[in-house]
Amino acid sequence: MTEQGGIAGAPMTGAQSLIKSLESAGTTDIFGIPGGAILPAYDPLMDSTKIRHILVRHEQGAGHAAQGYAAATGRVGVCMATSGPGATNLVTPLADAHMDSVPLVAITGQVGASMIGTDAFQEADIRGITMPITKHNFLVTDPAEIPRIVAEAFHIASTGRPGPVLVDVAKSALQAMTTFQWPTELQLPGYRPVTKPHSKQIREAVRLILESRKPVLYVGGGVIRARASAGLLKLAEATGIPVVTTLMARGAFPDSHPQHLGMPGMHGTVAAVAGLQKSDLIISLGARFDDRVTGNLDSFAPNAKVIHADIDPAEIGKNRHADVPIVGDCAEVIAELIALLATEADAGNTGDYEGWVAFISGVKANYPLGYDTPTDGSLAPQYVIERLGAIAGPEAIYTSGVGQHQMWAAHFVRYERPNTWLNSGGLGTMGYSVPAAMGAKVGMPDSTVWAIDGDGCFQMTNQELATCAINDIPIKVAIINNESLGMVRQWQTLFYNERYSNTDLHSKRIPDFVKLAEAYGCVGLACDSPADVDATIEKAMSINDQPVVVDFRVHRDAMVWPMVASGTSNDEIKYARDLAPQFDEDDL
Amino acid sequence: MATHTLSVLVENKPGVLARIAGLFSRRGFNIESLAVGPTEHSEVSRMTIVVNVDESPLEQVTKQLNKLIEVIKIVELDGSASITRELMLVKVKADAQTRGAVLDAVQLFRAKVVDVAPDAITIQVTGNADKLSDVLRVLEPFGIRELVQSGMVAIGRGSRSISERSIRPVPVSAPTALGG
Repeated sequence: MTEQGGIAGAPMTGAQSLIKSLESAGTTDIFGIPGGAILPAYDPLMDSTKIRHILVRHEQGAGHAAQGYAAATGRVGVCMATSGPGATNLVTPLADAHMDSVPLVAITGQVGASMIGTDAFQEADIRGITMPITKHNFLVTDPAEIPRIVAEAFHIASTGRPGPVLVDVAKSALQAMTTFQWPTELQLPGYRPVTKPHSKQIREAVRLILESRKPVLYVGGGVIRARASAGLLKLAEATGIPVVTTLMARGAFPDSHPQHLGMPGMHGTVAAVAGLQKSDLIISLGARFDDRVTGNLDSFAPNAKVIHADIDPAEIGKNRHADVPIVGDCAEVIAELIALLATEADAGNTGDYEGWVAFISGVKANYPLGYDTPTDGSLAPQYVIERLGAIAGPEAIYTSGVGQHQMWAAHFVRYERPNTWLNSGGLGTMGYSVPAAMGAKVGMPDSTVWAIDGDGCFQMTNQELATCAINDIPIKVAIINNESLGMVRQWQTLFYNERYSNTDLHSKRIPDFVKLAEAYGCVGLACDSPADVDATIEKAMSINDQPVVVDFRVHRDAMVWPMVASGTSNDEIKYARDLAPQFDEDDL
Repeated sequence: MATHTLSVLVENKPGVLARIAGLFSRRGFNIESLAVGPTEHSEVSRMTIVVNVDESPLEQVTKQLNKLIEVIKIVELDGSASITRELMLVKVKADAQTRGAVLDAVQLFRAKVVDVAPDAITIQVTGNADKLSDVLRVLEPFGIRELVQSGMVAIGRGSRSISERSIRPVPVSAPTALGG
């Protein structure tokens, strides 16, 4: 590998070269914790005027913060940790970023090169450990390689299908003298992501779109990563084709749009599930036919042909056969589809979807999202989230943990813009919410950032409230406190004869979330009555110089509906317990 | 299921073998044979991987392999259009009575004696998998004391090379603070 050009600099340590490399790659914020092996890098970091380092309380928090930062801004998130336990604590966020295609660079210290392989103090083979959960990773023992490898790491993380890249740097390489030279060119013979779609496939896709009578745009997180929302809106409006947005794509298409059927999948809306299930053509854009979307694969959308566009060729045909495979960047694919469809329209060729649109609009009108208001005056979790979304509005950024509150937050907040809904979709990591909100707020300091969290999730990573309070990162946390591991409890209700094995967290008794918030230097509020919900949210919205934590003490028996039971067909969707929708398919 | 031979060109960097072996195991594919060695380009290694899978999972494993940054190119070698070879070293019992018969077998298969001891002969055999198993069948009655076998290596017939075009580097701009 050779670097041509570049700026040759004065001799410096590997540590200085690392910090200069991070600056050169455009890093402005790092979330991390120092320790023995990474210690040399923290010394020049102290002098950096370009990089703000935020000292977190747990490396998992650093990783999720970098994810939240990346997901909110579209830029590469950066986290840093020491060797051994520092590095292994990054494993969960790396796996999470890998599943959800989040551009991330993790820098870890490693024991000195001569100590590697000796079971040295705080030694862990983090490169070996993270091979299956990173897009790529590096071990650096030669300080001269630091700039090139950092440049490659940022390039790989942010291009193609984005993902996490780990750079493990031996302490000896940080301490040794080297010279810094930022490369102008990278040579990665095995890495050439295809972004421009093949024109033959675009023609074939357009032919299917015009021939179909019941098409649906199945939109995944790739549309958000490709910044293709504006194009998607144009494509949808030019064709009139109904749209579903997956959990990872909420916000990619405005919820207020009449063509939007909502989120598909295990807890999808009846209209979105039916829209896929009964379609004759699925136009998949940056989605991956995840099991939570398809349910039982053999019975998923049995009459549909599939156009599958993705930047990752390995996703195409992985779960569902693609009649028209399109490898390419979603923004480019959408632009080419729009252009060719416009040419066809000029020649008088347009799709006829009138009957289908009427049918699916009827389903949407007949089976709107809803929930039961508890008759005992207690608080419905869905109501809290609905009001939160209404008051904070579509300009705010929302993060969530994993479970019931996540599904409610996906449904009852109305998203209008991309990059405003951040959650752990693929890995399903409880504890994502608070640190991700912290990262999002650092990246988007002028946006209101709400962490909608469960009482179980919150207790996994809430120590980052200290980081937020000390570093002036005023996030807002809504704990949807049903004093249990709610989604697991829901499954116990439905599938385990209401035997609630180890799901009761007693979180209305211990801890006292208001006191805990105050102990962390945050404002703590509590609310347990529907009448107080708006005032409590408005109070939280009015505090902008401190993090706020609201303990919403909600009804514990609320369940997430609609639901397709695990492993069954999407035809078996229930919109409430034991209630299946009736489709009047004579209209079709 | 059918046997497929994949020739995989990879960057000659530490950890590549672990990456590839790990990918096969976590995606549930069994490797029947694997051989790695240098190529005509010092920065490129070539792996010959034999897998026993159906067509559709083979496509998936190929795509997953291609996603590895250090994998440069993958070619499936068709049995009839390629040469395949394995190497076997086998230590066979051979005393004064049986040595002649063992040496006949060696001659017959154009194998090679590489070491001789008073009560054993070590034989080197190269060929495709069928030949190696034929040799073993003939030698077995004499008593096999030790056996070691290489993975298969394979190369396409004709004048074309799978590596000539693929390793040509295509430079890309390095990221910059301006967000390039």
